[in-house]
Amino acid sequence: MNKKPFSLQVDVDAFLPASDDEKAYMVQMRPSTTFFKDGVKRLIKNKVALVSFIVIVVITLSAIIIPVFWPYGYEQMLGVTPGSPVDSSYNNLAPMKYGSTEQAKIDAGEKVFPHLFGTDSSGRDYFIRVVYGTRISLAVGFFASIIVLIIGILVGSIAGYIGGKVDLVIMRIVDIIYSLPDMLMVILLASVLRMTLQPVIEGTVLAKIGSNIISLFIVFGLLYWVSMSRLIRGQILSLREQEYVLAAQATGAKSGWIIRKHLIPNCISVVIISTALQIPNAIFTESYLSFLGLGVNAPMPSLGSLASDALNGITSYPSRLVIPAIVISLIVLSLNLFGDGLRDAFDPKLNA
Amino acid sequence: MNSKNIMYILKRIALALLTVWVVITVTFFVMHAVPGGPFLGEKAMSESAMKALEAKYGMDQPLMTQYFTYLKDIVTRFDFGPSLKQRGRMVIDVIMDGLKTSAKLGLIAAVIALISGVVLGAVAALRRNKIVDKIIMVVTTAFVSMPSFIMGVLLLIAFVIKLKWFPGNGASAGGLVLPIITLSLYPMAYITRLTRSSMLDVLGQDYIRTARAKGVSKWKIIFGHAMKNSLIPVITYFGPMIAYIVTGSIVVEQIFAVPGLGRLFVSCIINRDYPMIMGTTIILAILIVVMNMVSDILYKIVDPRIKFD
Repeated sequence: MNKKPFSLQVDVDAFLPASDDEKAYMVQMRPSTTFFKDGVKRLIKNKVALVSFIVIVVITLSAIIIPVFWPYGYEQMLGVTPGSPVDSSYNNLAPMKYGSTEQAKIDAGEKVFPHLFGTDSSGRDYFIRVVYGTRISLAVGFFASIIVLIIGILVGSIAGYIGGKVDLVIMRIVDIIYSLPDMLMVILLASVLRMTLQPVIEGTVLAKIGSNIISLFIVFGLLYWVSMSRLIRGQILSLREQEYVLAAQATGAKSGWIIRKHLIPNCISVVIISTALQIPNAIFTESYLSFLGLGVNAPMPSLGSLASDALNGITSYPSRLVIPAIVISLIVLSLNLFGDGLRDAFDPKLNA
Repeated sequence: MNSKNIMYILKRIALALLTVWVVITVTFFVMHAVPGGPFLGEKAMSESAMKALEAKYGMDQPLMTQYFTYLKDIVTRFDFGPSLKQRGRMVIDVIMDGLKTSAKLGLIAAVIALISGVVLGAVAALRRNKIVDKIIMVVTTAFVSMPSFIMGVLLLIAFVIKLKWFPGNGASAGGLVLPIITLSLYPMAYITRLTRSSMLDVLGQDYIRTARAKGVSKWKIIFGHAMKNSLIPVITYFGPMIAYIVTGSIVVEQIFAVPGLGRLFVSCIINRDYPMIMGTTIILAILIVVMNMVSDILYKIVDPRIKFD
């Protein structure tokens, strides 16, 4: 076959233009997937997480939108009209029942917006109170987690980057705060801050939020950042030693580039997941404190304070307790399941 | 026990002591930062009467002197001073009264949670992906997501108000049944999940296969080999469980009207009985910190594979 051993042995056919069949091999069949897209795909496949996500979105949207068009306000006592005696027929209405003047309107052929869950002992529409309570609980959970996230990232990255003595001192402080009994400290601080803050914030914008909510945020800022900062410090310590960081440094990458392109993308998923799991925790704590009377200021409702108020009339009106109880359990359950789903989808260490 | 173990135990005890000191200090200064002082809520009181009261309770001293006196009394005599609102009684006596009921409640709840949790977890692991396992996992997931006060209140509606099986007053006979169930459900669910996952982990190990291959009976494998190792992670949950039961009992005792320490704590907060709030916080904190320490130490001693840091 090989008759000319000193020839270049070039196959001339190889230099012909490619046919369409051959070109088809080179076409990109589907766009290359990124880490984020990959994670989202896994997340959508996880039915439990998807359903929980839908539940969360529905609850959040209705907590935001419903108060806009609902004809009753959360602090509006329906039996009270200026200039006339209190109409007690509005108090303690059963679901879908109407007060005396409303009943008269209905008899006259007018339409009256129904009280879906009835009213409470002061004649306030209970449905809108539950919606507002959900709104407050969600907002508290969200902002508390953001506070925890910010402080945790700051302290954790300082400890991780600087290392040495600073790291040692910070981590000892973290150890001590970590071993404090958190709930007891929360109750103590909340009960004290409530009294201390009240006169300080009088008349400012903060007074509208209420001293109890602010003290709740302060407590979260003081106590709950420790696990987040531990996590972030651990991430930074392990990522700093990775070969690809060394390789980037060797090729002359600046530290800003390394942080943007290597460190943040690699620890962001862990951070987001633990923030997501922090939200139900905060909602839980808020409802617990509200239940003890240390939560939001009246007349503002939260799910915990609604449950706590309902405890007085529990024999006659158990539904007033069951409704916020179901909402709170639904929120916490779906946030937890969604957080678990996020972890399964985005934690690269688990997709072996 | 080697020297590394002893070093670890000493370090852990030091951390616990430090934590207790931090709790005492934080509690003391936080309570003294409240404006107005404890006697402000009283009926109109003359200046001299106020002075006399403050002198009686040592509140006219400088803050640091008060702090060191308080610390010294706790360390040397375990004395938290007199109660402000329950005249003539010492804080520690009032707390011990409440603690008797609460300790009974908490201990029974912890034991029930531990036993039923381990049994359910083992059953779920052995029947993995069968219907029993799925039911157990769904139910425990629901229990874990439900705050203790909601659980308690639902039980109250069902068994006290609708069915009338139990009295609603925790002080009467049978009144402790529902509070105990309420308190034990969450830890039970948690222990079930913990036991299930660690049992599954252990059942996949080589030494289980070896035991099976040499013909050891199924039950001997489960109880003699698998159970022992799969219970190690459960030990780590002792501390958090006690913390949960302590804080949970604060609301549960409120719901079921149990005359225990938790109910006392809430009423001190409402009445602003400062020495009582401080005493209760510190004693409950000591309980939690000590249990955390014990479970950490046990964990490291039971499992020699765990590295010391």
